[in-house]
Amino acid sequence: MGELRLMKGNEVIAEAAIRCGCDAYFGYPITPQSEVMETLMNREPWDETGMVVLQAESEVASINMVYGAAGTGKKVLTSSSSPGISLMAEGISYIAGAELPCVIVNVQRGGPGLGTIQPSQADYFQSTKGGGHGDYRLIVLAPSSVQEMNDFVDLAFKLAFKYRNPAMILADGAIGQMMEKVELSDFVPRKTDTEIETEYGNWATTGKKANRSKNVITSLELDSVLMEQNNLRFQAKYRQMEEEEVRYEMIQCDDAEYILVAFGSSARICQKSVDIARAKGLKVGLIRPITLFPFPTKPIAELAERVKGFMTVEMNAGQMIEDVRLAVGCSGNSKPVIYFGRMGGIIPSPGEVVEALEQKLIGG
Amino acid sequence: MELKDIIKEENLVYSKPKLLNDNTMHYCPGCSHGVVHKLLAEVIEELGIQEKTIGVSPVGCSVFAYNYIDIDWHEAAHGRAPAVATGISRVNPQKVVFTYQGDGDLASIGTAEIMHAANRGENIVVIFINNAIYGMTGGQMAPTTLLGQVTATTPCGRDLDRNGYPLKITELIGQLPGTSYVSRQSVHTPAASRRCRKALKKAFENAMAKKGTSFVEVVSTCSSGWRLTPIEANKWMEDNMFPFYPIGDIKDGEKAGPEAYFQQNLKTQLA
Repeated sequence: MGELRLMKGNEVIAEAAIRCGCDAYFGYPITPQSEVMETLMNREPWDETGMVVLQAESEVASINMVYGAAGTGKKVLTSSSSPGISLMAEGISYIAGAELPCVIVNVQRGGPGLGTIQPSQADYFQSTKGGGHGDYRLIVLAPSSVQEMNDFVDLAFKLAFKYRNPAMILADGAIGQMMEKVELSDFVPRKTDTEIETEYGNWATTGKKANRSKNVITSLELDSVLMEQNNLRFQAKYRQMEEEEVRYEMIQCDDAEYILVAFGSSARICQKSVDIARAKGLKVGLIRPITLFPFPTKPIAELAERVKGFMTVEMNAGQMIEDVRLAVGCSGNSKPVIYFGRMGGIIPSPGEVVEALEQKLIGG
Repeated sequence: MELKDIIKEENLVYSKPKLLNDNTMHYCPGCSHGVVHKLLAEVIEELGIQEKTIGVSPVGCSVFAYNYIDIDWHEAAHGRAPAVATGISRVNPQKVVFTYQGDGDLASIGTAEIMHAANRGENIVVIFINNAIYGMTGGQMAPTTLLGQVTATTPCGRDLDRNGYPLKITELIGQLPGTSYVSRQSVHTPAASRRCRKALKKAFENAMAKKGTSFVEVVSTCSSGWRLTPIEANKWMEDNMFPFYPIGDIKDGEKAGPEAYFQQNLKTQLA
């Protein structure tokens, strides 16, 4: 059993980064995630593990510091919240195009624009469909507890390095700010420069040794034939993620007639909604996508064979519903897929989810 | 005496630096980039730091700098090279990191990144090619374009009311306490090239000695963008660029210590 603590989601991101052997964090303050950098600065990991923590002049600079450091084969983290992630979109696109691993945490707040500092899930499209320019995908993990804030830091780094692709932890202000019991991971030492040279010396900018050709980190390829080959290689990588990395949780789906589909904070609420509905005699289950990309299309398609309908519950205007509709549509079953959600930083209550389910799906 | 009697090791008075490979450069005739690339390769080779030097190339004409000098390179987004260099340098303090940026990249879209990297005193070298025009995109106005200078987006000449002033960013950088060496050079004559080489060497030596940010501007020609022949471009640069961007060292010393910025220990005071 690892060390147990009562911590905020944002604080846990910082602690988990130190413990998983992260080499650097670059960030810029923004509510509701500023505790990530504050915790790191208080922990002073540079003395303990040698981890670098730097407050950049902007999110634009943060992500480009990540880009530079990640190019040298290091484990690099940044975090921000929605408006800041928009500023990082350019850099994230370059990192995806240059095929570098890194982890980006988005503790979402409501938008558009400056919006609100209250929790939201309105960056689903931005996170799962690319976000910046060009055809690329992020590996997107959606934690629904403080424990998962801890667990997904290490998982995100593992996936990012496996695919040499940026991975995003898509949390929200509720998960970032709430305190829960968490079992912390054990300490893993940072990789030495020799280990990095051995493992990533074929691509990382570790300094050109006489016995190897130079390494160039770039997303540029002006020859269209070669650029298309790059694009095809990226796409093959994304298809492999869809084959191998789909993660989801099913709650009381075995005998369910109606399925709630929700991620992150919404999924937490829907667990309670399932209990309320079951107490009323309604056979309701919940599927919680853990990876938003790759999306759990197959399990939803399989559920579509035998359930009466789906309702997505999202803290946005209905974004994930498009992926659920695609999954249900692909299954060849014409089952209703509807949406219920709140926006503007309002968190739906378990009761209103059940009410919407009864009125819009079961009664509808 | 035959040619084979002349081509001998002991008769060698000059050779191209080994780091500069044989790839055909894409630069236009008369462009300063080729000369600066050669000087850069010579300096890295002379200091023997090729195995620990990482270059950051920009967006602009020198985006392909990595094709010509055989070291590890990182190609940055437009203007972001100093942030990329910060990232590389911070996690690899034993490495020597430099950026190579044009005027649009460094002095327009990347103003925030260069000011803050230099103000933090990042241990990096910044090579700033100022030819007062956007070369790669076809000769548009740059932040350093001179008043009255005709470009693709100032067809009647740069106008003060519409476009503001040419930016002397090197002088601004020289004001920052995080810099130790700030110099403006050119490469239009062999003598100027030798002085530029010396400046580059000092900048790299500073980076190796962790002396903060060293910044070398090279006032350069863009004969294609200026619509001049290479010889005319050199003359135009001497007549018009040098009076506004005077050649020479702007700062040569040490980055500031904390004494200049603290009268007392604020941390203790607040605690």
